[in-house]
Amino acid sequence: MPEALPTGPLTRLPSNSLLTRLPSNSLTMTGRSLRLSRRTVDALITALALPVLLLLIFVYFFGGAINTGTDTRYVTYVVPGVLLLCAGFGSAGTAVAVTEDLKGGIIDRFRSLDVGGTAILAGHVVASVARNVLATALVLALAFAIGFRPTATPAGWLAATGLLLAFVLALSWLSAAVGLLAKSPEAANGYTFFVSFLPYPSSAFVPTDSMPSWLAAFSDHQPVTTVIDSLRALLLDQPAGTTPWLALAWCAGILAGSVGLAAALFRRRVG
Amino acid sequence: MPAASEATGDTGTTNATTTTTDLAAPAAIEATGLTKSYGGTGTDTPVPVLRGIDLRVPTGTVFALLGPNGAGKTTAVRILATLTEPDAGTARVAGYDIRTRRREVRRAISLTGQFAAVDEAQTGAENLRMMARLVGLRRAAARARADGLLARFGLSDAADRLVRTYSGGMRRRVDLAAGLVGEPEVIFLDEPTTGLDPRSRRELWDVVGDLAARGTTVFLTTQYLEEADQLADRVAVLHGGVIVAEGTPAELKSRVAGHHLDLTLATSDAYLRVRAQTPHATHHDPRTRTLTLPTDGTAPHVRALLDELDPTGTDVAHFALRTASLDEVFLTLTAPTTTHPKEPTHA
Repeated sequence: MPEALPTGPLTRLPSNSLLTRLPSNSLTMTGRSLRLSRRTVDALITALALPVLLLLIFVYFFGGAINTGTDTRYVTYVVPGVLLLCAGFGSAGTAVAVTEDLKGGIIDRFRSLDVGGTAILAGHVVASVARNVLATALVLALAFAIGFRPTATPAGWLAATGLLLAFVLALSWLSAAVGLLAKSPEAANGYTFFVSFLPYPSSAFVPTDSMPSWLAAFSDHQPVTTVIDSLRALLLDQPAGTTPWLALAWCAGILAGSVGLAAALFRRRVG
Repeated sequence: MPAASEATGDTGTTNATTTTTDLAAPAAIEATGLTKSYGGTGTDTPVPVLRGIDLRVPTGTVFALLGPNGAGKTTAVRILATLTEPDAGTARVAGYDIRTRRREVRRAISLTGQFAAVDEAQTGAENLRMMARLVGLRRAAARARADGLLARFGLSDAADRLVRTYSGGMRRRVDLAAGLVGEPEVIFLDEPTTGLDPRSRRELWDVVGDLAARGTTVFLTTQYLEEADQLADRVAVLHGGVIVAEGTPAELKSRVAGHHLDLTLATSDAYLRVRAQTPHATHHDPRTRTLTLPTDGTAPHVRALLDELDPTGTDVAHFALRTASLDEVFLTLTAPTTTHPKEPTHA
């Protein structure tokens, strides 16, 4: 069985510095995370099927009874909220994947190959964004089929897409940080529940002025509401004011905080 | 500390390696006074795991760190592989200091631990190609390296199956292959055969022998005396965080009788008679009338022992010969007296 290994000098890439290898390593790790996502069938189904089901439930079960106080159809009102819910579910898998890595021996192998934490986490985050893009496309396609009729300008679409991507990116990094914090994949799953829950106390499904005043106060000022209000305004071509900028600032803040937290946690937990 | 080792002749694996260890030969691993405790935050008192160990592994040799669970073997490996920082002590691996030249050390080594460091949801080939890319190989070269390693480890047929579907032995082999992608100078194997069936264990031993024959330095930990005996040029026994014995397998075996003779005596009187002659019995139980004696396992020695203890041929009802368990090795190595009569004479 033992066969001679192809000998000869290693044809390594010219530069070996950690920083110059970061893009190439991140690309390799992204390929890995995408393959792993594709093969974690149950998680993939959750990330794709749950938003679709929720869209149907809200439109057909609750939608008839909800008065949004506007003359837009409920499906058009609710789609931005479902998209954010979907971002929550989609990025939850990142926390679990990161915790799985830490639990097994593979993180030590990566470290001994001198692969930095940034590349490992970036791989998971990019895969998470890819999963979300897929889920978002699915939800949008279904929404159009059941009567979602946005009136956005091309610029509005572009801005909405950009904002949604920023939100997904921020949430995925947050999820990666949570994965580094959690002791087990089950715990990681539990923590991400809170993130998935955030769209409920927001303007996602009902106008916040229908809530008790203390809840409305929270809902009006939490990031999900600003992102949803911005998306709604952009997609329906309504005046959005400064809300999109506020939403973008929220995303940037969450992103910066999560990246910093993840870096610190990675150093502490992995060294 | 390293004494010049005699030619052992029975290490069975490496004929390419030097049998006489030159003190001046470059050491692949050199450690002095490694100390590590865990815990100690808050009100806990720290639990010492390593209490100051010295190691020297010449380049191109196979070194086995032998010890039971909890002896500190994994901690020692993790320190040498720069994954854990020692509390005190210094070490150089492949010529680089493990504290100040971590990155160089990591590039020069590979570590295969007790937990498979490959992705279950990737195929064997995907795992190896990924590792090869991370080592810095270009796409085509990475593919060639992966194919070469899969062939060498007998995994070509399983290359495109998910690792999830592999047997325990195949997993261990693909894991080891993943560690070899970067052609490391020093390979750490932490309990490479724990949990494997005998056939897979044998296959893994072949691989280690093959590596050693190519001049790679191998540092392995094991709970099995037999494994250390089969593979290693030198063995150190780690117990309670200290090295209690070090030498070639032959040297260690001369300190610990390799076999044990279990005797069941016919009557209680017979038990007492024989017990009186055998103060060095490693086990004795009057209730079951059983005694265990160290022996070298050769027929003349066993026959002479039986004749001497039971000249009438009536006292001993049953006997069984077996190899020493690791427990007995430790009992012997940590006992106050470690001398055993080579001849069956009892004063």
